[in-house]
Amino acid sequence: MATAVEVRDLKAWFGKTEALHGINMAVEQNHATAVIGPSGCGKSTFIRCLNRMHETNPVARAEGDVKVGDMDIYSMPAVEVRRKIGMVFQKPNPFPSMSIYDNVAAGLKLNGTRNHKDLDQVVERSLQQAALWDEVKDTLKKKSGASLSGGQQQRLCIARALAVNPEVMLMDEPCSALDPISTAKIEDLIFELKQRLTIVIVTHNMQQASRVAEFTGFFLMGNLVEFDRTEKIFTNPSDKRTEDYITGRFG
Amino acid sequence: MSNSFLQVRRRFADYLATFVAAGLSAIVVGALVAIFAYLVIKGAGSVNWAFLTNVPKPVGEIGGGMANAIVGSAILLAIGSAIGIPFGIGAGIYLAEYGHNRLGSLVRFTADVLNGVPSIVIGLVAYGLVVAKQRHFSAFSGGVALAIMMVPIVARTTEEMLLLVPQAVREAAFGLGIPQWRTTVSVTLATARAGILTGIMLAFARIAGETAPLMFTAFGNAFWSFSPNQPIAALPLQIYTYALSPYDDWHRQAWAAALILVALIVGTISVVRYLFGRSVLREVS
Repeated sequence: MATAVEVRDLKAWFGKTEALHGINMAVEQNHATAVIGPSGCGKSTFIRCLNRMHETNPVARAEGDVKVGDMDIYSMPAVEVRRKIGMVFQKPNPFPSMSIYDNVAAGLKLNGTRNHKDLDQVVERSLQQAALWDEVKDTLKKKSGASLSGGQQQRLCIARALAVNPEVMLMDEPCSALDPISTAKIEDLIFELKQRLTIVIVTHNMQQASRVAEFTGFFLMGNLVEFDRTEKIFTNPSDKRTEDYITGRFG
Repeated sequence: MSNSFLQVRRRFADYLATFVAAGLSAIVVGALVAIFAYLVIKGAGSVNWAFLTNVPKPVGEIGGGMANAIVGSAILLAIGSAIGIPFGIGAGIYLAEYGHNRLGSLVRFTADVLNGVPSIVIGLVAYGLVVAKQRHFSAFSGGVALAIMMVPIVARTTEEMLLLVPQAVREAAFGLGIPQWRTTVSVTLATARAGILTGIMLAFARIAGETAPLMFTAFGNAFWSFSPNQPIAALPLQIYTYALSPYDDWHRQAWAAALILVALIVGTISVVRYLFGRSVLREVS
């Protein structure tokens, strides 16, 4: 197995508060890795450091090594990093001023692609991969992205992220604003996407972690307490704190 | 029993609140309707083809029109908007997207003060900046005065409207590797478009009726002028001059000009809103 993302001694700050205290993790290629832990433990901060979204907050700062393939993401322009490492957010956030088509095409269009044929192909392919094509193909340019249902919007956001052809997809609690049926669709999608790319998913839902992810990392107060195969984490954790958390004794 | 009393009381309070809110709205709308109706009653009789196509007759002669003032106002507003809107939007973008620092606070404060400066003072500033240097009155100097009035209104409303765009929308763009400037232009501004347009229209309506800043800049002109370098007529100036005159015919024309001015403002705003005004922010929950 190959390593897709290699994290070494990653530290992150908000102002003077250190939110991550030196994280080490090797994320396997074409697998899903879940990040779990109680609120405020640094899960979201961690994945936002992986595509340098963390530093879009003016008081935030990060330090350490993150390698994606051959790329050292902290020694290249942030905008290039984010084209390689896509992100799906907690709340679906389609661009409200754009049609469904333009939402999916946004990453390419706003970075300079003008060829309509290429765009058409990418939009169709991305929507197919996000399992949304059949539901929207007749209203692609007529309907606004914001007019879709919550679950459809989240799949639209996944299609939008896929359109720039990322190697890694970061998902920050992608189902926490969705109903169970939409959640199931997104989880099915994660299985499909793993064929093509690597997924890191933050989730509050431990069942979800055990359903979709081969590997799971347990975060607590800015530390990665335990990182192992999901099975092992949920059935036979090495650390007492992990066990307490997954058996519901705190958090 | 006390239960049903409570119910009656609540229902009464509900009716009362609705009634008060509706009543106050009616007063606001009523004021506008009353002004417009009064203008129509006093002015409509004097609006005719001659009024719309002729320039003023010499003092003492009956008749003539305000065609040059209508065109003059349009030219002044075009110059004012062409300068004021870009500066206003630019400042608004700075305040909303980059201005969370001391310079931002300073700009914000300056804009609010500028907004409160009496318009005649702004006219003096434009006189000093342009007229005194050029040594003659001009449409351009009038446009500059109007632009100075426009900038703070457009800047502050643009800022407010951009801040209404959820941070999640910007994050979505950053997450796709779209640079900040491109995000601002193609995503944030596009999302806030309708609100920004409302601010521009507000500023436009405000300057369209201004007389004081034009008195020693555009100055007025009894004849046709299409040159930005010459003194030019404007509807508010013409209304001011005619309303203060001792001639009944000029009073009549002043009413007609006021009606035309309001109708042109309402017409412009309606057309612009119809063409570009669909709000997309409402669709963001």
